[in-house]
Amino acid sequence: MSSKKLSLPTEHCETCPAFTQLEQMGLSLDNFDRVVALAGNPNTGKSTLFNTLTGLKQHTGNWPGKTVTRAEGGFEFNKVRYKLVDLPGTYSLLSASQDEEVARDFILFGQPDCTVVVTDATALERNLNLVMQVMEITQNVVVAVNLMDEARRRGLDVDTRSLARDLGVPAIPIAARSGEGIHTLLSTIEQVVNGEIETQPMRIQGTPEFQRAVAELAPMIEAAAPGVPNARWLAIRLLDGDAKVQQALLSGELANLVTRQSRADVQFSKKMAIEGRQ
Amino acid sequence: MPPNPTNPPDATEILAKADQLRGTLGTGFRDEIVKSLYNEAETIARRAVHAEGDHKYDFDQRIDRIVTSPIFGLPIMLLMLAVIIWITVIGANAPSNLIASGLFWVEAQAANLFESWGIPWWITGFLWHGVYRGLAWVIAVMLPPMAIFFPMFTFLEDLGYLPRVAFNLDFLFKKSGAHGKQALTMAMGFGCNAAGVVATRVIDSPRERLIAILTNNFVPCNGRFPTLIMLGTVFVAAAFPPAFASIAAAGSVVGVVVIGVIFTLVVSWALSKTILKGEASAFTLELPPYRRPNFIRILYTSLIDRTLFVLFRAVQTAAPAGAVIWILANINLGNVSLAQHIADFLNPFGLLLGLDGVILLAYIIAIPANEIVVPTMLMVYLGTGMMTDLPGLNDLKTLLVDMHGWTMLTAINLMLFALLHNPCATTIITIYKETNSKKWAALGALLPLGIGFVVTFTTASIARLFGWV
Repeated sequence: MSSKKLSLPTEHCETCPAFTQLEQMGLSLDNFDRVVALAGNPNTGKSTLFNTLTGLKQHTGNWPGKTVTRAEGGFEFNKVRYKLVDLPGTYSLLSASQDEEVARDFILFGQPDCTVVVTDATALERNLNLVMQVMEITQNVVVAVNLMDEARRRGLDVDTRSLARDLGVPAIPIAARSGEGIHTLLSTIEQVVNGEIETQPMRIQGTPEFQRAVAELAPMIEAAAPGVPNARWLAIRLLDGDAKVQQALLSGELANLVTRQSRADVQFSKKMAIEGRQ
Repeated sequence: MPPNPTNPPDATEILAKADQLRGTLGTGFRDEIVKSLYNEAETIARRAVHAEGDHKYDFDQRIDRIVTSPIFGLPIMLLMLAVIIWITVIGANAPSNLIASGLFWVEAQAANLFESWGIPWWITGFLWHGVYRGLAWVIAVMLPPMAIFFPMFTFLEDLGYLPRVAFNLDFLFKKSGAHGKQALTMAMGFGCNAAGVVATRVIDSPRERLIAILTNNFVPCNGRFPTLIMLGTVFVAAAFPPAFASIAAAGSVVGVVVIGVIFTLVVSWALSKTILKGEASAFTLELPPYRRPNFIRILYTSLIDRTLFVLFRAVQTAAPAGAVIWILANINLGNVSLAQHIADFLNPFGLLLGLDGVILLAYIIAIPANEIVVPTMLMVYLGTGMMTDLPGLNDLKTLLVDMHGWTMLTAINLMLFALLHNPCATTIITIYKETNSKKWAALGALLPLGIGFVVTFTTASIARLFGWV
C-alpha cells in the first residue's frame, strides 16, 4: 500500500521543527519501531483518530461498541515508524467481557510503548475512571481529550493543564474529526516513548493495610513470573479475587503470556486490520 | 518478601498469601477501591471542566424525550424504516432497469460478435450466457437498492440513532430473556448477518451472546433486501392501484422486517426458556450526543465499504454460480436438462411449501451468498424455459406468472422464505468461528431453515384450505 504525506494544520508549537510531517502508512506494518495503543470509553472517537493517523478507513459510527476487535495500522512521525492498535472501547478494565479483556490484555501483556486514552471532553468525569484504571496498569499514558470542538459548542471549557497536573500524565486537547491538536498529540507521544517526558501517574493510595498487602504480594509475583510487566496491578487483582488472574497464575500461563502476546500480535495484525472493516 | 529468594514461590503459595492478606483488608475493600477511583475522577473532572450552560445538551434531551418516548418511540422507528425502504423501492426501479438493459445489450452484442468469429457455441454460451449473465443480474438487481439504502442507514448510524433503537427495543428483549444490546447487533444484521454475528461481542454474558448469534439471521441482510424489494414491487404492488403501488411495495417489505423482528424475539424467548436458560442481565446503555454526520465519510463508508464490498462479494459468487447454472441448463439427460431434472425432483417438496423446485434449487446454489437467489432463479427459468429473449425487469411478472405458474402465494411465501432460511455460508462460518462449536453453527443454520419450512408450509396449507390459490 502506498503511503501518503499529510500536512497537519499548523499550530502554535514553536518547539516542533517545521518540517515534521505525519506519514500515513495504512497497512504496511512490517517494520515498526514503536507500538502505540488507543484505549478509551466507547464512542469517544478512537476509530476516527485511528483513521486520521493511519489513513485507513476503519468504519466509524456513532454508537458505543462499534469496535469489538483490535484494528491495527501504521504511521510514521519524525522518521519513527509506529504501529497503532485501536482497542475496543470499554468503560472499565475490571469485568470479564470479551472486549474489556482484549483491551486489558493488550495494555498489560502487549506492552505498548505508549497508551493513548481517548476521552470525551463533554463527559470527562466518566471517562477519567478508565484513564485511572489504565494508569494502574502502565505508566506510559497520554490522555487525548477529544471532541474539544463539541465541548466548545456546548459552552464547556476544559482545562487540560489542570488535568495533566492532577493525573501526572500529559493531557492534550484534540478534535480528531478536524485534525485539531493531532500534531501536539503526536509529538507528546514521541516524547513519552523516548523518555523525554517522564510521567508520574496518579495511583490510588488506599488504606495503610491495603498498601502493606500490595507491598507484600507484588514481589512474590515478580519472583514467580520474572519479567511480568506490572506486578503491583496483578497483586491488586489477586487481592480482589480476580478469577482470570488466579487461573493464569496457577496454570503457569502468566509467565508465558508476555512472550506469547507479542508473537500473536504479529500474526494477528494484518488479518485484523483487513477484517476490521464491516 | 519470598521466604527463600533462590526458590521462587509457586502459584498456590502466592494465592494462599493473597487469601490471607485479603482477610486483613476487611470485606468492603473492593468497594472502597472503586469508590475512591470514582471520587478522584469526580474531583479531577470538576477542577478541569467549567460549564457555561449547556444548550446543545438541552436540545438533545428534548429530541430524545420524543424519539425514545414510550408512546412515540416505536412508531417513529417504524416510520423511519418505512420511509427508508420506500425511498429505496421508488429509487431503485428505474436505475435497475437501465443497468439491466445496458448490460444485456452488451451480452447480446458480444455473443453475436463471438458467433461471427466462428467461436464454438458452447464457449459463447458458457462465457456470455453463463458467467457474464450471472454478473449482470447481480449488478442490476443489487447495486441500485444498496447505493440508496446504505447511505441512509449510515447517516442514521453516524447521527447516533442506533443506541436509541436499542433503548426503544430494550423492554422487548428483556422480556425475551435476551440482552438489550441485541438490538444493536440486530441492526448491524441489516447490513450483513456475518457482521451482526461479530458485533455480538459487545454482549458480556455468553448465554445472551449465543442467543444474539443464533437469532441474528432473522433480520434480512442487504443481500436479501433486493429479493424482498423485487417481489414487493413486482407482485404486491401490482395488486394495488398505481397511486399506492410504491407504498404497498414498501409496506410489504417493512412487514417482512417486522415479522423478522418478531421471530427474533420469539426465538430468543424460546431459547432462553429451553437450551439457554437464564435471566436477562442488566447493563448500562449510553445514549451518545447527536453528532452532525460527515457527509463525505458517509458516502465513502456506505458506497465503498458497504455497497462495493458487498457487491464484490456477490460478484465473486455470481460468476461461478452463473457458470454452474449454464452447465446444468445445457447438459441434457434424455431430452431434459440437468437443471430441470433437479428442479423436477425438488418440485413436490417446493409445492408443499407454496414454492417450487426451481426456487429451492436457487436457494441451494445460492448458499455461498444470498445475493444471487433472484438471478439464479431467473437464469434457471430462462435457461430451461422457451424464452430465449431476456426480459427487462418489467417483464418479470409475465415470465413468472404466465410461464411458470407463480401465484400471489408463491410471491408471499418466497418473501417469507427469503427471511426464514439458512444463513449464507459466510455467516455460518462466522458463527463457527465466534462460538468455536460445530454444534452451535449447525443449530444457527438449521433453526431458521426449519422455521422457514414450517412457516411456508403453514401459509401454503391455509391458502389452499381456503381455496385462495
